[in-house]
Amino acid sequence: MASPTTDGIVPRREDRPLVTGAARYCDDLAPPGALHAVFVRAPLAHGRILAIDPAPAAAMPGVAGVFTAADLGLPPLPPGDGPAAMARPVLATGTVRFLGEAVAVVVAGTRVQAMDAAEAVEVDYEPLEVVVDPRAALADDAPELFEGTGNLARERPWPEPSRALEGAEVVVRGRFVNQRVAAAPIEPNAAVAVPEPDRDGLTLYAPCQAPFWTRDTVAETLGLGPDQVRVVVPAVGGAFGARIHTYPEQVAVAALARRLGRPVRYVESRSETMLAMTHGRAQVQEVELAATRDGRITGLRARLLADGGAYPADAPSMPSSTRYMASGVYRIAKVEVAWACAATNTTPVAAYRGAGRPEATAMVERAVDLLAARLGIDPAELRRRNLIPARAFPYTTATRARYDSGDYQAALDRVLEAAGYHDLRATQAARRQRGEVRQLGIGLSVYVEVTGFGSEYGQVEVEPDGRVTARTGVSPHGQGHETAFAQLVAATLGVGTEQVAVVHSDTFAVPRGDGTMGSRSLQVGGSAVAEAAGKVLSKARALAAHLLEAPAEDVAVFPGEGLGVAGAPSTALAWAELAAAAADPDRRPPGMDAGLEAAVDFKPERSTFPFGAHLAVCEVDTETGLARLLRHLAVDDAGRIHNRVLAEGQVHGGIAQGVAQALFEEVGYDEDGNCLHGNLASYAMPSAADLPAFETMRMETPTPLNPLGVKGIGESGTVGSTPAVQNAVVDALAHLGVTHIDMPLTPERVWRAIQAAAGG
Amino acid sequence: MKVTVTVNGQERSAEVEPRLLLVHLLREKLRLTGTHVGCDTTSCGACTVLLDGTPVKSCTMFAVQAEGREVTTVEGLAAAGTLHPIQEGFKEEHGLQCGFCTPGMLLASKALLEENPDPTEEEIRWALSGNLCRCTGYQNIVNAVQWTARKLQSDSAATGAS
Repeated sequence: MASPTTDGIVPRREDRPLVTGAARYCDDLAPPGALHAVFVRAPLAHGRILAIDPAPAAAMPGVAGVFTAADLGLPPLPPGDGPAAMARPVLATGTVRFLGEAVAVVVAGTRVQAMDAAEAVEVDYEPLEVVVDPRAALADDAPELFEGTGNLARERPWPEPSRALEGAEVVVRGRFVNQRVAAAPIEPNAAVAVPEPDRDGLTLYAPCQAPFWTRDTVAETLGLGPDQVRVVVPAVGGAFGARIHTYPEQVAVAALARRLGRPVRYVESRSETMLAMTHGRAQVQEVELAATRDGRITGLRARLLADGGAYPADAPSMPSSTRYMASGVYRIAKVEVAWACAATNTTPVAAYRGAGRPEATAMVERAVDLLAARLGIDPAELRRRNLIPARAFPYTTATRARYDSGDYQAALDRVLEAAGYHDLRATQAARRQRGEVRQLGIGLSVYVEVTGFGSEYGQVEVEPDGRVTARTGVSPHGQGHETAFAQLVAATLGVGTEQVAVVHSDTFAVPRGDGTMGSRSLQVGGSAVAEAAGKVLSKARALAAHLLEAPAEDVAVFPGEGLGVAGAPSTALAWAELAAAAADPDRRPPGMDAGLEAAVDFKPERSTFPFGAHLAVCEVDTETGLARLLRHLAVDDAGRIHNRVLAEGQVHGGIAQGVAQALFEEVGYDEDGNCLHGNLASYAMPSAADLPAFETMRMETPTPLNPLGVKGIGESGTVGSTPAVQNAVVDALAHLGVTHIDMPLTPERVWRAIQAAAGG
Repeated sequence: MKVTVTVNGQERSAEVEPRLLLVHLLREKLRLTGTHVGCDTTSCGACTVLLDGTPVKSCTMFAVQAEGREVTTVEGLAAAGTLHPIQEGFKEEHGLQCGFCTPGMLLASKALLEENPDPTEEEIRWALSGNLCRCTGYQNIVNAVQWTARKLQSDSAATGAS
């Protein structure tokens, strides 16, 4: 039988419509008669809504209606992991809690009419005291976002008594700001809702990662059943975690389409999306790392303060995940991590590529470098002394994470060798010796992360013409799942990939699913499809054996031909023939059900833990503070690689986003809660000219936890790269006395750190 | 007011407001939705089209400014169903993931190769620095442009030899 995992290069079937402009993203859908919705957004970060006067707007040309929270009369969105008291209303109700929150919505015949009218909606606000800093938000006298509840969304305290630092010979301490960043997919947020009177429901087209979750949110909020709401995900222009949950604007558009009995379209401007789409990271880490004098780590203690933004629905799970992964790749006997998640007058925080794991890796890897500097031990050597050895897997950490498989030492050795570590150190020493303006820094990060939660639906069916349809509950947005999943089915059944259709992203075409996030799609969704294909093959084999009057174990797959008796290709029955026989009770063996179809809900027993080692080489101009990334090397191990090209693409994109956090990107707020980086002119997303080519290498340590042996690869680049780059920049300046610089490592920050170290 | 523009070789006219942006003329009036809008500050380049052969960000000019001129959009790249080499290059080298920035990248790349048929990696990176991609990390986009440069050169060598 053909292995369902192949390593070949299969051209992406997704590409042709994307390179010809034929693909349809959400705002490309223009149902006939559609109205356009534009949201009126809060111009201040915290305020009481005193009055909304829709009349001037309602009288403007083309306006079909102006709606406030009172007009829509919808319950709040589900609170997620946050407290119910902090649940988010669909439109601001009584109070606005962050700049850009939707307060009202105007619907008109054209988008321009709706935009003009939105500007004419008069809203009176009474400004309230603003809190943007999560520490300030937890102070006793802090202004409350939700009256009478305080601003603490959730917390996990340290164990009492704390023992993590007991017996330590050396303790290093750091306070690291893992800054707030924006996922910033290039496609802004959008939705199109079409009323469906036949089923007293609607169809919602939305760029989202989890269509079934969006269906549930919309149905619950609108008081409908799941069978009344169809969610279809068109082409999606990137997501990166920020489209996992459903946006209130999308729910509002769904409600408006039903109310007005006409399709309603909405698309945000980038300036809206920068404020309205959830941000990521936003975590302050106070960490203590305890060790012996010869560099054995004995304990880690950390306190994480997570900024949840105005409605912390998903935010508390980020520090929770950071805590879970706080041991990193090291044997650490005692790990104690406390965390708190606070509401602030800022854009809500939720998942962003890695969702808590990049924060964990950044914390540990930065702390290990602090320890290396304190002990005067080479950072690679210090890591080597503390890595979990390959023989120790499966390994359970102090935070009860059960690492399935790994060889961290091999990943570290490989990246050091590929980089020419000793030569780099020699070059660095020579530049220091000569006192050059441009100093060289070498940064390491050895990471482990966790991927592949939940269960996923997969179904495979042979059609009467012999073509094959696969259905999956995952919902891609650029990853290439159609190509990857078609490969799985094709390899199992011995058909060409072009014979396999992959159906996804439509809650009426697939019965259930979770979606695409957490680097889970191939290992959970792909495993479901692969197992379903395997079941179809078993059934087809029994059928062929019956038809050919041969034992089932003698029936072989003849790629491109069908199934026949092993060694006798001329006996092969084509899949169309098998499908016809399967539909015919007279040709099936007794007791066999009709059809060549199987469905599987695959639920891995546990999560998988991809790992790797990254090494960054940075050059820092000590006069201007400009840090340039010269080289970035990545050894990533995500188990078996199913499609090398797609995996490589994921790694590249992940590294770019991780480097961007280290060097360029930050969403900042002033003390009044005004966003300082609310568009792409001020938010420093890197271009091609800001990044080098990455040197990527693969290791493949299969996981026993799924039939494909694969782990997730979507986020590892982001997890591994950020601390490597940060460590490299600090390393370049270590001889000047610099021990830490918070991200992003802009010229100004770097220059200030140099001046501070010099006592300037 | 009326504006007449040659789009992908075809003369197209529309009644427009003076404030209508070129990108909205293309997307909303002419229903050429391959040109995307990713920002409102001329930063992302998703809306890049060729105006008389030169890349412009179609969100940053009015439709009426294109009066009487020639616009090429992504829909005009393939000829009679045959992909343009730059489209092939992006496919071959996995130069796209979500595809949203791709139309702009394709047109900016095409213009680059017409001006500089054999660009270095550095030149490619700078030429595309007005176009943002959030998925690929740019490496395969650079590879795609290099693939196309080689393809165009071998094609023209073949033509020259025949």
